[in-house]
Amino acid sequence: MITLEKRPTPSKLWSYLTPIVAVIATMIAGGIMFGFLGNDPVAAIRTIFWDPIFGEFAFYYRGQLLVKAGPLILIAIGLSMGFRAGIWNIGAEGQYIMGAIFAAAVGLAFYPMEARWLIFPLMVVAGAVGGILWAMIPGILKTKFNTNEILVSLLLVYVAESILASVSLSLLRNPDGAGFPGSRNLRQYESSANNELIAGWGMHWGVVAAFIAVIFAYILLSRHIMGFNIRLTGESPRAARFAGVNPDRLVLFCLGLSGALAGLAGMFEVTGPAAQISIDFNVGYGFTAIIVAFLGRLHPIGILLAGMLMALTYIGGEAAQASLGLPAAAIQAFQGMLLFFLLAFDVLTNFRVRFGREVTA
Amino acid sequence: MDLSSINPILLIASLMVASTPILLAAIGEMVAEKSGVLNLGVEGMMIVGAICGFATAVETGSPFIGFIAAAAGGAILSLIFGFLTQYLLSNQVATGLALTLFGLGLSSLMGQSYVGIKPPATEKLDIPLLSDIPAIGPMLFNHDIWVYVSLALVAAVWAFLKYTRGGLILRAVGESHDAAHALGYNVIFVRLAAIAFGGACAGLGGAYLSLVRVPQWTEGMTAGAGWIALAIVVFASWRAGRVLLGAYLFGGITVLQLNLQAAGVAIPVELLSMSPYLITILVLVIISSDRNRAALNAPASLGRAFHASH
Repeated sequence: MITLEKRPTPSKLWSYLTPIVAVIATMIAGGIMFGFLGNDPVAAIRTIFWDPIFGEFAFYYRGQLLVKAGPLILIAIGLSMGFRAGIWNIGAEGQYIMGAIFAAAVGLAFYPMEARWLIFPLMVVAGAVGGILWAMIPGILKTKFNTNEILVSLLLVYVAESILASVSLSLLRNPDGAGFPGSRNLRQYESSANNELIAGWGMHWGVVAAFIAVIFAYILLSRHIMGFNIRLTGESPRAARFAGVNPDRLVLFCLGLSGALAGLAGMFEVTGPAAQISIDFNVGYGFTAIIVAFLGRLHPIGILLAGMLMALTYIGGEAAQASLGLPAAAIQAFQGMLLFFLLAFDVLTNFRVRFGREVTA
Repeated sequence: MDLSSINPILLIASLMVASTPILLAAIGEMVAEKSGVLNLGVEGMMIVGAICGFATAVETGSPFIGFIAAAAGGAILSLIFGFLTQYLLSNQVATGLALTLFGLGLSSLMGQSYVGIKPPATEKLDIPLLSDIPAIGPMLFNHDIWVYVSLALVAAVWAFLKYTRGGLILRAVGESHDAAHALGYNVIFVRLAAIAFGGACAGLGGAYLSLVRVPQWTEGMTAGAGWIALAIVVFASWRAGRVLLGAYLFGGITVLQLNLQAAGVAIPVELLSMSPYLITILVLVIISSDRNRAALNAPASLGRAFHASH
């Protein structure tokens, strides 16, 4: 008979160990899944996790690592604040899209003026504002009308996708683009380009922003009253109310912050790696960031590491697609599986497993 | 613009078809929530049901077996969620999200070789006599069997929750799992059964999309239908009759906006295609703004983990 006994306090050791155990378990289960798809499991896992960093073409893939990790970390940092306080913004994908649209609109409004010192910072602000505005919709509906923020933020992703399709066909379409959908190339426009800062590293302004966000989040959580309020609300909403935490302000702060960071991620993506607004601009970073936030234990440093790991699965997935013909969707299933294993093993953090007969009192 | 091209009889007939996937998913989720489990993985279970049903129907040539496979697929996937939340006591919100993310990946993996294939047709149930009634006949009595199954399911769930002992136990578990446990009911078993029922219904809803409504397999074809089903459960304040109302209301909006698009009304296409989501949000706001009523109807143990310490 196996029974679970609640620990008086969550185990520190297991809270660090579970992500590692979960990753190993996912590799095994993923290997089995790849085996069913007719690939050599060991080769597939090595192609995904080892070759991009140490393999033959590592010089190319290593640069890609930061490109993918940047937006994931940036978005996940924002989400983790809300998740800690029990405020579930799962529509980061929509805020990411709106940030990109706002930023691109500002940048294109100035085209072809050459004033990078003015235009690029303005676009950064516009990206953050776009994300905040989109996140404020579930925020205000939650605080004013008690509407479930999970459903509203998620449904707004589909609305944002419709808007994205609309602007890339009409409002922001490249007038010199021979009628093709999609905006001007923001990377070729000197004032808006978010190029690599060091060639070959994949380090662009978005990655810098992600690192800054990690540091600020760390300070906020450990040194600032707002971070304390967030943690307190997550642990015990009742105690937080008694301590004078205004729940409405906390909801707006958490949603606003995650919206701003998601919007920034969209801004850096549309001016950098994606280079233009197009119908298929968003690739699901907003959803993968949810996994990153949990895998990183909602802790800034953890999210930094988890973001790198998740970026690795993206790049490794692409590599495996090219060399082994592994389907692209396999990686998506693999990432979902990782979250499952993480949540499953988390039982060890909060409970002690007892074997043997239950002793009746 | 030519509004006269919209035929009201066809509109209502297609409304019923458009509503059925969401109705199936929503009624299943309502049962799960009535037992106190918030499963946010409806979207994932639907899309896995969609591909399970589609693939099985294509391979066997029988849509009926496809629907059965879809229900099984949805139920199996939901039991992963059940195992994690009930035995390993994981957070229900996070696990539900994981189910959706995993389901979306798994389904596109499974569906790779089925893109662009036409599934075997699900026959319409030409009910004799009734379907010959002018206007009402083609509107109500000329559908495939699953439209009627979904309606029967709503009635069955309503009667089960209201009149049977099983329904009472399910509601007791959802309202206060500690009390139900003290009375000797097996809380975890009841919840697992409710979760599996919800998964099977979501699977059927997904299969209805891929086999009847569209009918084709495309990646991510549920396009938020699972989330809308979740919203409809809130809208319905956890009542079977209102789930039907909510699903048909939503189906009506979807069909109407498609018809308006086809008729070339001077409203931008993008605005029309986002209207179902916007209206769902609007309805959610109206329903939840009455704080007292929203709190009274929600199962009291919704989303809370149950761990018997003795």
